[in-house]
Amino acid sequence: MAQSTNFKSKYQVNEQGYYGQFGGAYIPEMLHPNIEELQQKYLEIIYDEAFQHEFHALLKDYVGRPTPLYFAKRLSEKFNTQIYLKREDLCHTGAHKVNNTIGQILLAKRLGKTRIIAETGAGQHGVATATVCALMNLPCVVYMGEVDIQRQAPNVKRMQMLGAEVRPATSGSKTLKDATNEAMRDWIANPTDTHYIIGSVVGPHPFPDMVARFQSVISEEMKQQLKEKTGNENPNYVVACVGGGSNAAGAFYHFLDNEAVQLVAVEAAGHGVHSGMSAATTQLGRIGVLHSSKTLFMQTEDGQVIEPHSISAGLDYPGIGPIHANLFDTQRATFLSATDTEALQAVQLLARTEGIIPALESAHAIAVLDRIGAKPTDVVVVNLSGRGDKDLDTYIRELQ
Amino acid sequence: MTNRIKELFQKKEKNILSVFCTAGFPELNSIVPILVELQNNGVDMVEIGMPFSDPTADGPVIQYSNTIAINNGMMLKTLFEQLKSIRSQINIPLVLMGYFNPVYQYGIDNFLKDAQACGIDGIIIPDLPMYEYETMYQSTFEAHQLQNIFLVTPQTSEARIRKIDALTDAFIYVVSSNAITGGTSNIQENQERYFQYIKSLNLKNPTLIGFGIKDKSTFETACKYANGAIIGTAFINAIDKSSNLTKDISQFIRNIKTV
Repeated sequence: MAQSTNFKSKYQVNEQGYYGQFGGAYIPEMLHPNIEELQQKYLEIIYDEAFQHEFHALLKDYVGRPTPLYFAKRLSEKFNTQIYLKREDLCHTGAHKVNNTIGQILLAKRLGKTRIIAETGAGQHGVATATVCALMNLPCVVYMGEVDIQRQAPNVKRMQMLGAEVRPATSGSKTLKDATNEAMRDWIANPTDTHYIIGSVVGPHPFPDMVARFQSVISEEMKQQLKEKTGNENPNYVVACVGGGSNAAGAFYHFLDNEAVQLVAVEAAGHGVHSGMSAATTQLGRIGVLHSSKTLFMQTEDGQVIEPHSISAGLDYPGIGPIHANLFDTQRATFLSATDTEALQAVQLLARTEGIIPALESAHAIAVLDRIGAKPTDVVVVNLSGRGDKDLDTYIRELQ
Repeated sequence: MTNRIKELFQKKEKNILSVFCTAGFPELNSIVPILVELQNNGVDMVEIGMPFSDPTADGPVIQYSNTIAINNGMMLKTLFEQLKSIRSQINIPLVLMGYFNPVYQYGIDNFLKDAQACGIDGIIIPDLPMYEYETMYQSTFEAHQLQNIFLVTPQTSEARIRKIDALTDAFIYVVSSNAITGGTSNIQENQERYFQYIKSLNLKNPTLIGFGIKDKSTFETACKYANGAIIGTAFINAIDKSSNLTKDISQFIRNIKTV
């Protein structure tokens, strides 16, 4: 992780915790001391030499980094361009989520915290958190919507095997949004001993920036690997799916200020953007305050949060992180969307052309490759954020 | 214009009872009759809850009342309609309390204008922090003569409490413990030490203790250390599915206040 503590870039967070008009820390007073402590200490802690050494050693030997940058020959022929896949699906636990949980648990230890909580939707972030808690011998409570507990049963078992307690969120729609509310409530009740490992670039400042920095290892490696393979460290396109947006933030991070690199964020359109069953936040959302941050999210005229829909639990979130809201607002990134059906077709396509079964989330990024306008000589990097093992039940049901 | 909150604390220094009730609960049009009953039963102030789908500082009971209210069709514009002529019947101080997003969507300026027009005296927005308030909204609050009321918790530093004390001119909402609303335990010794500590700061603003105040005993303990206390969850429970609000409210208040 290259040190970058200056706040000069217009796409990075400023000293007040905002990305343009998005971000901030709209927290109840009960969380003020925790958030203030993080705001004051996070950069100093994570750029400390010993921290960096421990973080990178774990990423290398435990997570299995650097993940390969793979030239997808047959996929490239199909779309008549040069496609590289950044293989985050090969990370330990099966997705990029673990980059962040390794970073945050090291941070929690340095803050003297002795208990970890997390929220999870599909269970990938919950598994990645339970994993690092086992590694560091810290008790772990993961909040998960009651509905998600039913539909992601194998991940619940994985978390329990790893020693975590999975607590159902029974309020509201009983999905990711409500799991996040429950985790916030736990943190309010346990402010001194507990660290809340947020799984995406959402929540109050400094969480979005902190998670983006831990995930930025993705684009840092991309640059080195592209340089080796193509002679140029900059691609023409970087494509990533966006729920809250942690894998996209990591994949875009080191290209943000190079406007020659086109950034493409792919949202989940569910049954179709205007079907009433969608999670395409930038097309359906408005600015407001959700989960302690000013950002774009789907809401009623009166400011009540609207339930999203996506076949992919990891993209089934009504908002996006403030970093992405700003990339949308400034038009630095292009936002596209893929429907449930298109994502399933992309799963099949990648399986048959490259022998890789992607996660449903990542398949959304594959699904737009015919629409980005890449020329035959262009270099396109797709962040393949996770693998499809967790989605096999859905694939068996939907693709037969 | 004199402020009813200031007048209240000038008139009465001890045992102030403030009740929180979610607007639109249990029925869409319940809030006006509830205000009347609360005033008739000698309640000193009411906090009217503006419902939100994701109330992260509240427990299950208040979230439930928010969900019912939203399902009943309660919106901010509906609430202001209902409260339009409330000052012809109600003269105790009224405070609006709710999360930031619905207020932000209504437009801060519109919200404060309509609140002032209804005769609202103060606003509590738990997730609008001091920094955002000072830099973006303080002047608008002042233009509409509405008091912004802040929370302090056992985790709030003395310097920050002092700053909050300087920034407001109504009362300070003392959160009784590190918890969400609706706690069920009795007041513990460490909480009393914390209340004593707040009392020893000799703040310029009066204080009301809230969160976990649920009956006569917790109310009286809180009143030993503060000017009064706020009851929310226990009141919501008392009127949930009530078939006779007059009777149930009167009984509830009688059980708390020493006559």
